[in-house]
Amino acid sequence: MNTKMIRYILAKMLGVEALLLLLPAFVAVIYGEKSGVWFLVPIALLAVLYLIGGRKRPKEQTIYGKEGMIIVALAWILWSLFGALPFCLSGYIPNYLDAFFETVSGFTTTGSSIMPDVEILPQCMTFWRSFTHWVGGMGVLVFVMVLTSLDKHHTMFLMRAEVPGPEKDKLVPKAMSTARILYAMYLGLTIVEVVLLVFGGMSLFDSLIHSFGTAGTGGFSNYAASVGHFNSAYIDGVITVFMILFGVNFNLYFFLLLRDFKPVWKNEELRAYLGIILVSALLITWNISPSYPNPLTAFRYAIFQVASIITTTGYATTDYVVWPLLSQMILLILMVIGACASSTGGGIKVSRLLMVFKCIKREIMQMAHPKSVNVIRVNNKKVGSDVLRSLYVYLMAYGVLMVGSILIVSIDNKDFATTIGSVFATLNNIGPGLAEVGPAGNFSDFSPLSKLVFCIDMLAGRLEIFPFLMLFTASAWRRKF
Amino acid sequence: MKIVIIGDGKVGHKLTAQLSEEDYDIVLIDQNEGKLKEALNRLDIFCITGNGADADVQKEAGVQNADLVIACASTDELNMLSCLLARRLGARHTIARVRNPVYYRQMGLLKEDLHLSMAVNPELTAAMEIARVLLLPETSKVETFMKGRVELVEFTLRENGLLVGLPLKEIYRKFQIKILVCAVKRGDEIYIPDGEFLLQQGDKIHITASHQELEAFFKAIGKRILKVKKVLIGGGGHVCFYLALQLLQAGMQVKIIERDEKRCEQLCEILPKATIIHGDAADHDLLLEEGIREADAFVALTGMDEENIIMSLFAKTQGVGKVVAKVNEDSRAQLVEELGIDSTVSAKGATADAIMSYVRARNNSYSSVNIETAYRLLGGKVEALEFIIKEECQFTNVPLKNLATKANHLIACIGRKGKIIIPNGEDHLEAGDSVIVVTKDHIINSFSDILA
Repeated sequence: MNTKMIRYILAKMLGVEALLLLLPAFVAVIYGEKSGVWFLVPIALLAVLYLIGGRKRPKEQTIYGKEGMIIVALAWILWSLFGALPFCLSGYIPNYLDAFFETVSGFTTTGSSIMPDVEILPQCMTFWRSFTHWVGGMGVLVFVMVLTSLDKHHTMFLMRAEVPGPEKDKLVPKAMSTARILYAMYLGLTIVEVVLLVFGGMSLFDSLIHSFGTAGTGGFSNYAASVGHFNSAYIDGVITVFMILFGVNFNLYFFLLLRDFKPVWKNEELRAYLGIILVSALLITWNISPSYPNPLTAFRYAIFQVASIITTTGYATTDYVVWPLLSQMILLILMVIGACASSTGGGIKVSRLLMVFKCIKREIMQMAHPKSVNVIRVNNKKVGSDVLRSLYVYLMAYGVLMVGSILIVSIDNKDFATTIGSVFATLNNIGPGLAEVGPAGNFSDFSPLSKLVFCIDMLAGRLEIFPFLMLFTASAWRRKF
Repeated sequence: MKIVIIGDGKVGHKLTAQLSEEDYDIVLIDQNEGKLKEALNRLDIFCITGNGADADVQKEAGVQNADLVIACASTDELNMLSCLLARRLGARHTIARVRNPVYYRQMGLLKEDLHLSMAVNPELTAAMEIARVLLLPETSKVETFMKGRVELVEFTLRENGLLVGLPLKEIYRKFQIKILVCAVKRGDEIYIPDGEFLLQQGDKIHITASHQELEAFFKAIGKRILKVKKVLIGGGGHVCFYLALQLLQAGMQVKIIERDEKRCEQLCEILPKATIIHGDAADHDLLLEEGIREADAFVALTGMDEENIIMSLFAKTQGVGKVVAKVNEDSRAQLVEELGIDSTVSAKGATADAIMSYVRARNNSYSSVNIETAYRLLGGKVEALEFIIKEECQFTNVPLKNLATKANHLIACIGRKGKIIIPNGEDHLEAGDSVIVVTKDHIINSFSDILA
């Protein structure tokens, strides 16, 4: 294993985080906030670490899949560890574990919070908290790849470990260019949203915060009532549309840019994704309409919540915990389904779900005609057996992780819905769960052990489990050759 | 002594060539007439065309009077059947080559019923040879005497170490370690050295000592001890399987690269502790990805000599401490050692050696001393023999300095009641001792042959 290269890339990553931390410090200067000085501590620390480890390129630069996975997992953990420092040092989140939870929740675009009242945070802290969403959405390593020429030859190993979805494609032959294109589209969409939100009467700062939260499908807001604070149909509408847009496979936007509409129109995952959103929204509208003045208002709240949950954003315009059980169950199922592959959302991903249904169909077919031969197609392309195998294994690992987390969290003896909802919300990077951890609640009541489990779930969920599992076996890997 | 060899394959041919040079009467049976004609042209033997398992053919070859029948045709079943038949016809001893791991595993059960004196498994023999070298990685070849208590190792004085320019008699005084240099190859010359002999850089030397003494010795002369812990094997055939089994038992980590997916799955099943990689071991990128730089040893065991050689050279350039290649062709093997590959092994050579040492031992079993094992070193130019002295005779209880031996003969080691003595002039022989004698003149058949 090339430990020198791992050290080098990680040191570079830390250097980039130091640069990123300059932004909230800058915000503090604009608003004249004293708490901005607390950003200087991690900046200095990271800069020193960068100077120690990241200046000299190691002679041996080849890295392989194993190193790629370990780098990715370690990078996410380290970024969160250092990113948590300002919250903790400034005293707004005095407990370091809580600050770590908040930062992990930020980078993994979960949006779960342990803060009872987010409105007490100064602007610079709020900015950093939401900015982590934006950086984490597209992947921190892909972000660093865009900024620096990390390693020209083996970037694909890093991308593969970080970009979600069952199959990983590049848009253009060069991984670096792919990363740049992805980020350009990501940045473009974000800017459009900011403009539209400002147009709707939001302040620039608020619109930035909410665009970061939407773009990364994160869900941090600077108001306790989340998007509901604005109580504006226009803002709800804009954010709904953008949440859905950020939950779409980014490769499709690339086709749009190339004016190639057919693959987008024919994309099965996109169709399924939009179909699920529409059907769920209509069902919930029907289910909750008695408590709203007219069906249109009910639909406004329903579609917002459906989009927020399926894309794993986690914004809320109302406290859905008070909705009827059917609606809550639909939301719980949407939590697991998640957004499209290669989007900024979490969850199992719609394309995996599609494959699973096709596998079930094939199995039934196979039972009726034992000798029949069937291939599974998605978007009219055959899905290879190794992709299917990793799909099964992913689902199993996902299930095991979920069950294990629920078991540990249940030590806290919360009620059933809270326990399950909290694990679902963190493992799928959503944010709010059910009952006590619903949109109106927060995660501060859990024991430190549970918070740690949630942190692991968020990271594992964001990195699609395996890079993270690899890290836990890293010591074994080093010894086993 | 009359020997019938069935099968003129690789092993058969090598054995025939070696045995015919040593005054044995050889009859060779094979179905391929062209091959036999070639053998007849080159060697002083008698050839019969036909099926080795045919009683008439065997009778024609005179099996009924033969001392030894060696069956090394291509199929195991044929070999075992031929041996069974030969015993019925009156042959005194039979050796069969059995390479199928399943058959070989139950050899203990079958050996008695088939009346086999010996069953040789070429792949296992080669694997054992490799395993011994990997356990003592400073050396390029390791042979064992006295049931493994004494080792005879070969290594080359590459760098300008402590040994260069040192008379042999000074070694003990300098290092306090009891070892004996018993043969030295310098250029094309071969010496059986005495105490005044000076070692030079580039010498290929043979040493006898116990395993512990050897380890201490290599440490003392500053040849770095690289204990092999991680072994990468290219090619997953039978040799690989046997080797991996032994290495895993010795606590090493084994990674095997094999081209055939089915075989990979098989290996996975039978070697659960090894890491099996499906891919082409000749692919440099794959070797790098699978950590050839971290490996302590690389063993090339594919079916192609050329591939093995290239792979090994690549491993050497990547800084692997110990590289072993399977090279079947003798002429290539000699070439390769000059290229820097540490050891070469061939299944054919290992089998032939195993059978040869049996033949040599068998040939002497009726005299007062008994050859237990015999190894041929330095391309067959030197032989190391282990005798057991059965009873008191004229050379027992006489200090060795008073025992006049011929030139180019050396008593290398004495094993007495579990103790190992590296002898000097004051030591003597006793009845019951095992004695290892190194000789350049390999027509000694009894211990008295070495006396002047």
